[in-house]
Amino acid sequence: MSSAVADGPMPVPPGVGEIAIEVEGLSKSFNGKQVVRSLTMQVKRGSIYGFLGPNGSGKTTTIRILCGLLTPDTGRGTCLGYDIRTDAEEIKRHVGYMTQHFSLYQDLSVRENLEFVARIYGIPSPRRAARAMIERLGLQDRAEQITGQLSGGWKQRVALGACTLPEPQLLLLDEPTAGVDPKARRDFWNEIHALAAEGLTVLVSTHYMDEAERCHEIAYIAYGELLTYGTVEKVVANSHLSTYTVSGPDLTRLAEELEKRDGVTMVAPFGVSLHVSGPDAQALDAAIAPYRADRALNWQRAEPSLEDVFIELMGQATTRRS
Amino acid sequence: MRAVASTRGFFRRVNAMLTKELLQLLRDRVTLATMITIPLMQILLFGYAIDTQPRNMPTAVLLQESSDIGRTIIRGLENTRYFRITHQVHDEAEFDRLLQSGRVLFGIEIPANFERELRRGDRPALLVAADASDPVATGSALAALAPLVQTVLERERAIPQTTPPPFEIRTHARYNPAAVSQLNIVPGLLGTILTLTMLFFTSLAVTREIERGTMESLLAMPISPVEIMLGKILPYVVIGFFQAAMIVAAGYLLFEVPIVGSLALLAALTTLFLITNLSIGYTFSTLARNQLQAVQMTLMFFLPNLLLSGFLFPFAGMPQWAQWIGEALPLTHFLRIVRSIMLKGSDITHLRYDALALVILMLVAMTIAITRFRRTLD
Repeated sequence: MSSAVADGPMPVPPGVGEIAIEVEGLSKSFNGKQVVRSLTMQVKRGSIYGFLGPNGSGKTTTIRILCGLLTPDTGRGTCLGYDIRTDAEEIKRHVGYMTQHFSLYQDLSVRENLEFVARIYGIPSPRRAARAMIERLGLQDRAEQITGQLSGGWKQRVALGACTLPEPQLLLLDEPTAGVDPKARRDFWNEIHALAAEGLTVLVSTHYMDEAERCHEIAYIAYGELLTYGTVEKVVANSHLSTYTVSGPDLTRLAEELEKRDGVTMVAPFGVSLHVSGPDAQALDAAIAPYRADRALNWQRAEPSLEDVFIELMGQATTRRS
Repeated sequence: MRAVASTRGFFRRVNAMLTKELLQLLRDRVTLATMITIPLMQILLFGYAIDTQPRNMPTAVLLQESSDIGRTIIRGLENTRYFRITHQVHDEAEFDRLLQSGRVLFGIEIPANFERELRRGDRPALLVAADASDPVATGSALAALAPLVQTVLERERAIPQTTPPPFEIRTHARYNPAAVSQLNIVPGLLGTILTLTMLFFTSLAVTREIERGTMESLLAMPISPVEIMLGKILPYVVIGFFQAAMIVAAGYLLFEVPIVGSLALLAALTTLFLITNLSIGYTFSTLARNQLQAVQMTLMFFLPNLLLSGFLFPFAGMPQWAQWIGEALPLTHFLRIVRSIMLKGSDITHLRYDALALVILMLVAMTIAITRFRRTLD
């Protein structure tokens, strides 16, 4: 799919800087429940920005604020240089938004859906634009198929096509690959990288760690608060988390024992080994010292994975709130 | 033993389903509230409003002689409450104009020399012109007329009741002289069918997008609420126009309902009526939170259209407050328009009030729809 894309980078419009999204102090509540708290973030043009966080952490709400579908209670910000409070119409014209749930017309064919989008955005030749997109997506054989009958992977691909058809400068993708098989996910991500190479900025929310690692930068949000951001390496390094892997017999009982010890904040099984982590390296060493003597167990120091970091962050946030 | 067990299983499963349905129903407060209030409201509304013996029907009188007997008859008619004298006219051309525009349903003429001929036993004629385009409205009043006049004459003027009566009532049923009910029913059905189908077409238009999850994408696209509304209404104008054409054609070919007036005017005002109803349906769609609520609103609006517009029950027979409600319903105006054009051959000057009312109702509905349309998900 990506090989078909060779038009070179899109020119950056004059008067617009290198920043695609810049928001400051965004807050939003629904019925007295605060969903986004004083959120500040910046996304560079042409980058793929991963938006991570547990369910209900405010990812979708933030994305909706960015594309003008929700008005923030407080805070300010711009999207492509347009004010998110006052320039909703301009934002709609230049931002592609792919909703979490499939939101094309299930009773229209792929071609009809794409032509509809092309007409709404006033693209001069909707038929030609739709045909070009169908070719780009490799959907020639399915162009006349009713969209509701496509498999999950194909649906997501059509939805991405519909978002990119009006040639937006910024894509907001809300969990685009939820429930999609690994092959389709990989193709989807190749396409996203191809789009970014053309100069498109992509903000994508996901639960998948492998997808997070394919982003240029990531941000982690929990309970509406941005807890950490930066490149994957930076996020891992900033966590100051120490991790050991341990393998051996009866890991279930070992995990139960380790979890109770001070200095160990997280024990997670990974296949035939356990990941044992703690924020304080010395305290962690002290905690596991008695078990390191056990000959049956094989202890090894390891880099914490992104998942370890996120679960640790979430644990911290929960402790802080309760 | 197994039969008992399976019976118990049957009831348990029905109970599980029933409990779930009840929980869902109780959660939807709006639906629940309408289920209770609507029947109550409607029984009160229609119970008081509908009278199949219409009263107070607007009547014009033409007195060709200035006699006590003439005035007595007119007063007597008013006392029965069948007739309400709204106009005193001076020539027959005025009669025609009032009947044509539907402002009166009866014209009663007391000819010159009526009293003298009556006393001489010459059986003078009392001339009555009735708008029979709605035979239900005028029929019972016409039937009551002869005994009524006799009673008045005996009581007030000591003229004895005789058979045949000492005068003759010469009725001229205009527009539908044979009182063929199809002539009234077919134009009425045209309006009723169009009202129901148009309301349903658009009342689901917005709620369907919300329920299917397509609204979120649509809102994120550069399209305005007015554009969405017009795009959703216009296809149904075409469909409604075909429906109307079919009904009119069937009326003409199968039931021999004439089209006395201009077909072009009928087409133009029918289109206006279609757009008005589609706008109202669309308004419901922006007010309702789900498709069930939209359907309930549609039916809630349709019933008064059916019962208070003058289609099933004579408009003139309803109490004043019910007539005011009727004036706010598009079908009331459309019925007058269709009956007038098809049966009376009226032109736009006779119908300008009803056409204007449809335009106003359309604009009000569209304004509510546009202001109620949520442009964000807040």
